Order: sequence, then structure tokens, then C-alpha cells
Amino acid sequence: MDIHEYQAKQLLADYGVKIADGGLAYSPEDAVQRAREIGGHVWVVKAQIHSGARGKAGGIKICKTHDEVSDAAESLLGKKLVTHQTGPAGKQCLRLYVEAGTDIAKELYFSLLIDRAQERIVMVGSAQGGMEIEELAENNPDAIKKIYIEPAVGLQDFQAREMAFALGLNADLIPQAVKLIQGCYRAMRELDANMVEINPLVITGHDELIALDAKMGFDDNALFRRQKISELRDKSQEDPREMAAADRGLSYVGLDGDIGCMINGAGLAMATMDMIKLAGGEPANFLDVGGGASAERTEKAFRMVLADKNVKAMLVNIFAGINRCDWIAEGVVHAVKKIDMQVPLIVRLSGTNVEEGRKIIEESGLPIITADTLAEAAEKAVAARNQVVAAQG
Amino acid sequence: MAIFIDKQTRIIVQGFTGKIGTFHAQEMIDYGSNVVGGITPGKGGQTHLGRPVFNTVKEAVEQAGAEASIVFVPPAYAADSIMEAAEAGIKYCVSITDGIPTQDMMKVKIFLSKFPKEKRMVLTGPNCAGTISPGKAMLGIMPGHIYIPGNVGIVGRSGTLGYEAADQMKALGIGVSTSVGIGGDPINGSSHRDILEKFEQDPETKLIVMIGEIGGPQEVEAGMFAKEHMSKPVVAYIAGLTAPKGRRMGHAGAIISSVGESAAEKVEMLRELGVIIAPTPAAMGETVAKVLATL
Repeated sequence: MDIHEYQAKQLLADYGVKIADGGLAYSPEDAVQRAREIGGHVWVVKAQIHSGARGKAGGIKICKTHDEVSDAAESLLGKKLVTHQTGPAGKQCLRLYVEAGTDIAKELYFSLLIDRAQERIVMVGSAQGGMEIEELAENNPDAIKKIYIEPAVGLQDFQAREMAFALGLNADLIPQAVKLIQGCYRAMRELDANMVEINPLVITGHDELIALDAKMGFDDNALFRRQKISELRDKSQEDPREMAAADRGLSYVGLDGDIGCMINGAGLAMATMDMIKLAGGEPANFLDVGGGASAERTEKAFRMVLADKNVKAMLVNIFAGINRCDWIAEGVVHAVKKIDMQVPLIVRLSGTNVEEGRKIIEESGLPIITADTLAEAAEKAVAARNQVVAAQG
Repeated sequence: MAIFIDKQTRIIVQGFTGKIGTFHAQEMIDYGSNVVGGITPGKGGQTHLGRPVFNTVKEAVEQAGAEASIVFVPPAYAADSIMEAAEAGIKYCVSITDGIPTQDMMKVKIFLSKFPKEKRMVLTGPNCAGTISPGKAMLGIMPGHIYIPGNVGIVGRSGTLGYEAADQMKALGIGVSTSVGIGGDPINGSSHRDILEKFEQDPETKLIVMIGEIGGPQEVEAGMFAKEHMSKPVVAYIAGLTAPKGRRMGHAGAIISSVGESAAEKVEMLRELGVIIAPTPAAMGETVAKVLATL
């Protein structure tokens, strides 16, 4: 789960990370009020969306008067910002964070991540902040310092110091840096985050270390024990279809193609999508219906796939393990009868009770195209899709 | 003995009396696995499915000689159960549980690493379908009837895609020595590489099918191991050609977050390492058949 910049900053501030003065705004009036409370002569109005690279997308505006703050807020609220992380659909900005302008002497990069290969938390830093770490990793990998943290004993001060020196900080700033790094690490461990990123981390003109931006990501599997974090979820930043699926216990990812898919198991789902592509088609979605595909669940999954108006054919591929093909077949027949399907349906069943399952489909009298193998299913789905497209002219 | 389990292996079920534990324990018993009891704290002394229930894994080891365990405990408590099994002296543990927090798994891995290698429990999973040595024993939730005994080893992250591979092989009359699910989580007990190492040492296995997917460095590490340390051929398929970057495809671990984690990149690197690539998921069976014919 991702959270907003202002939420991450508030969490990190509780762990001793210094941030600039700031406040949340939902309207231009709010924004001006926040600027008044903060005081000073420079404010930054920042669009709160779940994405990095907001600056390039015009989501961060520096203002020198209250009128400018109001104008900036007016222009950002309700706007869809498109960054390379949001995809072409973009993300809508419904909240703003108004922050005191910071006198920046130098920008640095700092993050903590879980390294899958090492199975531990890795601290990543660079004296060259501001740009994205992927870019830096590609252009100047030597400028990146990585330090692995032994999970049994946690982050040691000497490691934090080593990072601080690698960031090019002078001796006066080292204690501040150690405090900040330790704070980020404790936040990561205590809140079950899988990522903390401060980019840029800045040295101000007054020799202070400040988190100018902050990003945190959390382990979905641990949210059950982090209620405070779950409450930070902002559904406006999530794909509505994926959210609806998750609420129904299904795993859905919308894609750009036009062959709808309903499959059990994430790996088989990806493999089936691969087959569709190899057969010359493009999948409209990833949808894992999971183990116990009951009739209700199957119907919900059908509705979800068909809610995408791009879908020109639908492929069901179920390998029944604990499930039984006859149950699945009954669910499919039930769903097709209940939903007025406008596109061809291709069903491939395999595994436990496959014969009974096929019989139910055949005897239903419904215009369902059946397939025995994965390859056949994908080919038939692509052929059916092509026919629909040809008929539509 | 197959790589982890055999007809005689004494198996216990952690989370024995729950709905899921009960269902799958019965399936394993019906398959012929030697289930000697189970653990449900507080229900020790009772009998379930005709077998004793213990309060702790330690008791099961002492009183029933438990050697292998399967964990169906809910995600919040699963890491604790895995560590309990390791401490009690269980040799091999499969964790079926889906949804264990990543930091809990980090803790489990550290806990396991504190044991000297010869006393260290091997863990596969979590979030997997388990392990089966066809005709011998099943320590998992797979449909046992789709596997026939033979000498191809299967290792994969995904349950149903592993079934698909076994099914394609069965259709061609090819059997399986052992199939191991390592699970779809970012941190798992054993990696592809760890299982390849076991198969390399296993006299019953002639060839290995590795079924991978997008995300993480595991498949390529396994490929490097195969190149340097293996005499047996490895056939691989990597799922997720169509997966967009940064989107999680069902499994927590199936997300392309850095360079080298896409299906196309992994396939390219594996091919360079001498791994034989099944060009499509529908060609896993026939690719295995072709390679077997040359052995």
C-alpha cells in the first residue's frame, strides 16, 4: 500500500526526521490559510498523488504571494497528473500539501528497501539527489552507496555514519544524519514498511538536514497489525476496478488489450496471458479467481471482466486442483445465463473431474466455445476476437 | 528416498484441526502420506482424523517421531509455527499459508540460519502448493492424480501453472520424481537454486523443469548455479511476458521493479546460461520430451 507524501512526512517526523512546516489543503482557501499559518515569504504547493516525478508533471508549484498560493491550488485541485509512474490515465489530485519554502544548499538521496536477494533491508544513498535513483543507477552507478542491515541486530550507528560520510556530509552534520537514518529505519521496522525514500534529502542554508520529499510503501500482508497505517489508505489513488476486485477477494489488474481473462492461480493467469499474446491477441486484464471458485465468485468475476467495454472475447482457463471442474462448469453456466453476454466465451477446463465439467458445458446448450489445451484455448479466443472485430467492421 | 519425502516420512500437520488443515490432512492421508498427527495448541490429547493432536511440535517429535511438517496456520501466526518446527527438530517443512508479512519471513530466515547446516530445517513456501513425490507421499494441496511417477523434477513458484506442466507431461507419458512449490512471495524458505541443488544430487531425477515468473533475481541465480554446478539439463519457462512494469500480478513477488526482472530479460539471461527455454507455457511438456529423448 502506498501513502501520500504528507502522510509519510508525518509518520517520519514522529521518528525524529526533520521536515519543513506544512499543512494539508482541500481548497484554495485552505491553501492560503495554511500559508498564513506557516508564515514567511515562500511556499511550495504540492499535489498529493501516489506517484513520484510530480515536479516534471507540473504538480509542484513555488509561490511567493498568497494569491499565487491560491492560484496554484486552484490549478492543481481536481487535475489529473500524468507521470511515468501513473500510466497514461494519470492520477487525480484531490489534496494539496502546502509547505514552507526551503533554502536548499544541496540535494541528496536516501532510501531503505527490502532486498529480495539478500533477504534484508538495504540502505541506499547518494550525494547526488533530486533525480530518480533508477536514472542515477544507470548513468552513474558508482555514485550510489549501499549498506545491508543485519536483521537480527538492526541498524548500527557506525553503519548510519558510514552512510552519512558517503553522502558527503561534513562532520557537523553527522549526528543529525545518524538520527535521521535511525529514525527512518525504526519507522520501517515498526510500521512494516517495505520502502522509505527521501528524495531529495536536503542540506539547508542553515546546515539542517530536511526531508524535502518522502515516500513510504507498506507490506499489504502486514496491514492486519498496523491499523494506523491502514487508515491512511486513499482509495481515490487506486484503480477502481482493481479495488472492487480486491474487495471481492479477487486479484485483478486492468490492461490495454481486448481479450478478457478469468483464470485460477497467478502463475497460470500470467501464462495464459502469454499464450494469448503469442497467438496474436492482447489480454484485457489479469484476473486470478483463486482456489475456491464458487458460483457467486465466478459470477462476480464475469461481471468484472465484462465491465471493461473493450472486451471483445472472454477466455476462462481453470486448472481444478482442490476445485472440481464440474463445480466450475456449473458456475460458468450460471453466470452466462444470468449475465447477458454480448461477446464470445471460450472455456478451457482441466484437472479434477474434467469429463463431468465438459459435459455440463456441452449440455447447457449455451454458445460456449470449449478447448482442451492451453494453446487451443488461446488460439480460439484470438480467432473469436478477430471475428467480432471483423463483424464490427 | 525422493529429495524431501518418502512413503515412510512421518508427517505432522500444523493447524491440524482447522477447516483447511482438516481437509488437506485427509487428502494427504488418502494419497498415502504417513501423517502421524497434528498440532493445535490447547487441543493436545485429542484425536483428529484418527490421529493424535499435540500441543507443541516438540511433543510431536518426541512422541510420534515427526520428521516433516506442513503449516496451515493463519498468516499472523505462521512465522511463529515455522520457527517452532525448526526448533523442535523437524527436518523439512512446507508452509502453505499465503499472506505472511515480509518482515516475519526475514525473521524466520535469520532464525533458521542460526542452526548449523546439518541440523537446519529446510523450508519451502510460504504461499505454495507444497511438495509431492508421486506414488510415495504428498505434503501439499495439489491434486495428486495429475502426477505420475517418473524422473523429471519440477520446481515452480506457482501452484496451478505447476499442475499445467505436470498435466502436459502426463499426457505425453512423462512422470515426475518430485514437484516442489517454492511459493510466490518476495522472500521464501528455499529458492529455485536451492531446489536445483537437491535435484542435482537426487538419483531419481534426470531433468528439471523450472517454472518461474517476473520479479526478483531468483531464476537467473538458479541459471547461474545450473551452468556452474549441474550435470542435469534444466528446462525453464518464465511467465509474465505481458506483465507491465510496476504492477503486481497476483503474487506479492510478481512485480517487475528493476532491470532484469521482466520475463523477456530473464529468458534471455537463462538462455545464455545454457538453460533450455520452453518457448510457450503450452510447450512445457513437449520441450521436456525432446530433451529427455536426447538423454
